[in-house]
Amino acid sequence: MSIWEYANPVKFMRTSGAVLPWAVAGAAICTVAGLVWGFLTPLDYKQGATVKIIFLHVPAALMAINIWLMMLVTSLIWLIRRHHVSALAAKAAAPVGAVMTLIALITGAIWGQPMWGTWWEWDPRLTSFLILFLFYLGYMALWEAVENPDSAADLTSVLCLVGSVFALLSRYAVNFWNQGLHQGASLSLAPGERMAAVYRYPLYLTMAGFFLLFVALLLIRTRTEIRRRRLAALLAREMRK
Amino acid sequence: MKALLMRDLRLATRAGGGFGLALAFFLIVCTLVPFGVGPEGGQLSRIAPGILWVGALLACLLSLDRIFALDFEDGSLDLLATAPLPLEGAVAIKALAHWLTTGLPLVIFAPVLGVLLHLPSPAYPWLLASLALGTPALSMLGAFGAAVTVGLRRGGLLMSLLVLPLYVPTLIFGAEAVRRGASGADPVTSLVFLAAITLGVLALVPFASAAALRVNLR
Repeated sequence: MSIWEYANPVKFMRTSGAVLPWAVAGAAICTVAGLVWGFLTPLDYKQGATVKIIFLHVPAALMAINIWLMMLVTSLIWLIRRHHVSALAAKAAAPVGAVMTLIALITGAIWGQPMWGTWWEWDPRLTSFLILFLFYLGYMALWEAVENPDSAADLTSVLCLVGSVFALLSRYAVNFWNQGLHQGASLSLAPGERMAAVYRYPLYLTMAGFFLLFVALLLIRTRTEIRRRRLAALLAREMRK
Repeated sequence: MKALLMRDLRLATRAGGGFGLALAFFLIVCTLVPFGVGPEGGQLSRIAPGILWVGALLACLLSLDRIFALDFEDGSLDLLATAPLPLEGAVAIKALAHWLTTGLPLVIFAPVLGVLLHLPSPAYPWLLASLALGTPALSMLGAFGAAVTVGLRRGGLLMSLLVLPLYVPTLIFGAEAVRRGASGADPVTSLVFLAAITLGVLALVPFASAAALRVNLR
C-alpha cells in the first residue's frame, strides 16, 4: 500500500468517492461551527467587531499559499513520474487557490478600511498576495490555452516551478521596497505572542474547515477532470469507428 | 553557437526585422507620461526612475514573441532542436541576441529619456548600471515566456500575463537602485540583489525554457 497506487485513476476514483462525503461533511461542520463560534466571540477592545474577519481572512490566506505548494508538489510528480491524476489534481486546485487568494485580499481590504483607514496599501504582504493572484491567473490561462492535454500539463508544470521561485523571490523583494503595515504572524508557538484563546480556538476550527473544504473541492474537481478525460477518450473511440 | 548568434543578429537588424521598434516604443511611453501626469519638473523627476524602468520593461516585452515565433513557423526551430548544440545553449544564445538588439539599445538610450523626464543628475550612472545589470534577466525570462507560448494562437497576450509577474523582482531592485541614486542614498545593495537575480536567471532559466520548447516541438 503506497500513495503511488492512486496514480491509477480507477483506484483514485474509488477511494476519493468514499472519502468525498466525509470531507464535505467535515468541511461543512467545521466551517459553519467555526464561523458561528467566531461570530459569538466578544468584541476586541481595540478592533471592535472587525476582529471577526480574521476567521475568514487567515484560513483563506493560509490555504492560498498552501494550495500553490500543493500544486508545486503535484507538478513535480507529473514531471518526474508522469502520473496523469497528479497533473489533473494540480489543474483542479488552481481555481480554488485563486479564489482563496481573492477572499484573503477582499476580506483584508474590508478589514483594512476601518482599521488602517485605507482599502489598499502597498504593503509587502498585500503586494505579494496580489502577485500570487497574478501567478494563479497566468497558470489557469495557460491550461486553457494549450489544446493537447499532455503538453498543457507539461507547460503548466514548468510554469509552476519557475513561478514558485519567483513568487518566493517577490515575497522577499517587496520587503526591500516598502515597509510593512500588516501585523506579523497570526499564530505563534511563543506563548507571549499568541492571541487570546477566545479567538484562537475558533480560528483553529475554521482553519480545519477551510482545509477540508479545499480537500472536498479538490476531490470533486479532480473527479470531474478524470471523467472529462474518459469522455474525451470515449468520443475519440466512437469517431474512429 | 557563434553562427547562430550572428544569424539572429543579422535577421533582427535587416529591414523588416523590427530593430528599433522597441526603442521607438520606449520613447513613446516616456513621451506619454508627462501628458498623463503633467509637465511639472519636480513631480517628473520624482517618478522618472520608475517610468524609465517600466518603460524599458514594456519595450522589452514588445519584441519577445520574435525570439522563437518566426523560427517555429518556418521549421528552423526543429532543426535547432536536433542540432548537436544543446537546446539550452540555443535558448541562451537567442536570449543573448534579443538582449543585444533590444536590451542594449535601451540601456544606451535611457539617459536621453532621463533628460526628458528631469532625472536628477546623480542618478545617471546608476540608471545605466541597473539597466545594464537587469535587462539580461528580462531577455532571458522573456525567452522562457516565448518558449512556453510559442505554439499557441494568440500567444502574445498570454505571454504578457505569464512574463510580467516574473519581472517583479527585477523591476523592484532596478528601480530602487535608480531611486536611491537620485536621492543620494547608497544604491549598491539593490544593485547587488539585482545582479544576483540576473545571474540566477541566466544560470537556471535556460533549462526551463528548453524544457518548454521540447514540449512545444513534440
